[in-house]
Amino acid sequence: MAAIVEELITIKPKPRDGWDVERIRKDFPVLRQTVNDKPLVYLDNAASSQVPMMVIERGAQYIEQEHSNIHRGVHYLSMKATTAYEGAREKVKRFINAREAKECIFVRGATEGINLVMHGYGRKFIGPGDEIVISAMEHHANIVPWQMLCEEKGAKLRVIPMNDAGELLMDEYDALLNEKTRFVAVAHVSNALGTINPVKEIIERAHKYGVPILIDGAQQAPHGTIDVQDLDCDFYTFSGHKMFAPTGSGVVYGKARLLEQMNPFQGGGDMIKSVTFEKTIYADLPNKFEAGTPAIASQIGLGAAIDYLNIIGREKAAAYEHELLRYATERLSAIEGVRIIGTAREKLSVLSFTIENVHPHDIGTILDQQGIAIRAGHHCAQPVMQRLKIPATARASFAFYNTKAEVDVLADAIEKVIEVFS
Amino acid sequence: MSELSELYQQVILDHNKKPRNFHKLENANHSAEGFNPLCGDHLNVYLHVEDDQVKDVSFEGSGCAISKASASMMTQAVKGKTKAEAEKLFNEFHRMATGQLNEETEPNDLGKLTIFAGVRDFPARVKCATLSWHTMHAALNEQQKVSTE
Repeated sequence: MAAIVEELITIKPKPRDGWDVERIRKDFPVLRQTVNDKPLVYLDNAASSQVPMMVIERGAQYIEQEHSNIHRGVHYLSMKATTAYEGAREKVKRFINAREAKECIFVRGATEGINLVMHGYGRKFIGPGDEIVISAMEHHANIVPWQMLCEEKGAKLRVIPMNDAGELLMDEYDALLNEKTRFVAVAHVSNALGTINPVKEIIERAHKYGVPILIDGAQQAPHGTIDVQDLDCDFYTFSGHKMFAPTGSGVVYGKARLLEQMNPFQGGGDMIKSVTFEKTIYADLPNKFEAGTPAIASQIGLGAAIDYLNIIGREKAAAYEHELLRYATERLSAIEGVRIIGTAREKLSVLSFTIENVHPHDIGTILDQQGIAIRAGHHCAQPVMQRLKIPATARASFAFYNTKAEVDVLADAIEKVIEVFS
Repeated sequence: MSELSELYQQVILDHNKKPRNFHKLENANHSAEGFNPLCGDHLNVYLHVEDDQVKDVSFEGSGCAISKASASMMTQAVKGKTKAEAEKLFNEFHRMATGQLNEETEPNDLGKLTIFAGVRDFPARVKCATLSWHTMHAALNEQQKVSTE
C-alpha cells in the first residue's frame, strides 16, 4: 500500500491554466497526420477517442521496464508492475469517488463490465417471471446480455420508452417498476443521440422498489464527472478506449456488499484463495472477478489517462466540449436538408444527423475522402433507429481536442455531399 | 477527389435517384431477402423464371447509393438472361468488386457494370455493391435469406 501511495505522489498532476486547444492537440500524436492528403479531422470519439503521449509513455514504460506478471512474483519487476496496476485502481477509485478501490473491477471495456454483472448477479438472483428494465436508447451491449439472461431464466425484459427528441419518458418508467422488477440497466449518456439521462432520478426510483441498478457510463466517463456515492448506483461501468486510454482497459464498479454476494465471472488463476480438486475458495475483492492475467499495460494506461484528465481539468474540458457541440449543432442545423437526430435538452458531445435523400454510408465515404472521420450506421443501437424510423444516421462526436475550425470543415464537406447528390 | 468521383459516377447517382425495376414483382416465382447487418442495407429481389430464363426481375428495399444503384443495374443486366448466364455475371461481378478479376485485361460480359470496379478501393463498401447480386444468386438457388456477414 505504501508503494501505491508513492506511485500516486510521484505523478501527482498539476492542473493547467486556461484552455489552449492547440497545446492540447500537441499531446495527441495521432492528430498530426493527413488522410487522403487532407489534415485528419477526427470526429469519431464516441467510438474510440485518441490517446495522449503521457498515456502512451506510461504504457510503454511498463513494457520496457516493468513487464512481468502481477500479484504473484516476489521479484522486483513483478512488484513494480503490481504497484503500477493497483495504483491505476486507486486512480479509478478517486475518478468515480468509490468508497474503496476493491469496488473497482478491471475489465476490458463496458461490454465486459455489463456481462460480468449479468453473469455474477443476474444469473444468481434473477429467476422465472422476474423483470429487468432497460431503456429504449441502450447500446446493444446493454440489451443483449439481459436478453440472454431473460431467455435462460424465463425472465422478462421491459423497456422505458423515449420521445422523438430522444428523452426517456419518466412516467412510463414509473409504470414499469413493480414488485417483479429485479434489475434496472440504463445508459448515463446515449451513444447514438447524445442524450444525458437523469440517472440520479432513475436510480432513486429503482431503489424505492429495492431494485439494484447498473449505469452504462461509456459515454459519460470521457466527458463529465462521475460520483458513484452521490449517484448511489449499484453498478457503474465504462471503457478506457473511449476516454483516452488504450483498448482492453475498462472498469466495472460495484458496491462491495453486492460484489461479495455475486458469483465470480470467469474462473482461473488470480481469482482464488485455494484450490483442491474437491473445492475452490474464491479470492476477496477485487481479485475474485479478475481471473487470468489482465491487460496490464492498458489498465496502467487508463490510470495515466485519468491523470491526464486531471491535469487539463475535467470541468474545463467539459465546458469546452459543450460549446463545441453548441456551435456544431448551430452550423449543421443551418444547412438545408440536414436533420439533427437527437434533440434532447440535456446532451453531450454527440451530434447525429441525416441528410435528405443521402444514405449515411455515402456521407461517411465522401467525408472520409475529405479526411473527416465520422461514424455512419446504427451505432450498435438498432432499436433507437427503429424507434425513430430511420435506417441509420451519420454521427460526429467530439472531444476536447477538436476545434471550431474542424466543425467548419465538417459543415463545408456536408454541403459538398448535398451538391454531389443534388 | 479523383477516387471519390470514380466511386460516385453520374450513372450511379442517376440509378440511385431513379432506380429501375424498383417494385415488387407480382408473378415472381423466386425471391430472396438480402441484409447487410453492418450498415443496415436491406432489399428483396424478385425473379420470374420460366424455361430456365429470367423473364422478369425487380427489387425493393432501402440502402446507400452504391447498393441501390448496383441493385438497379443488376436487374437490367440479368433480365432476359438464362440462369447460367445470370450466374456467370454474378460470379464476374463478385470477382471484380473484390479485386479478383481485372475487367480491363480479362474477358468478361460485365459491360457497363464495370463502373462498380472502383468499390474495390473502398473495402467498407464492397458489400454494398455486391448485396443485390448475392440476393439474386440466392433467389435463383431457392435460398430465402442472405446476409453479407
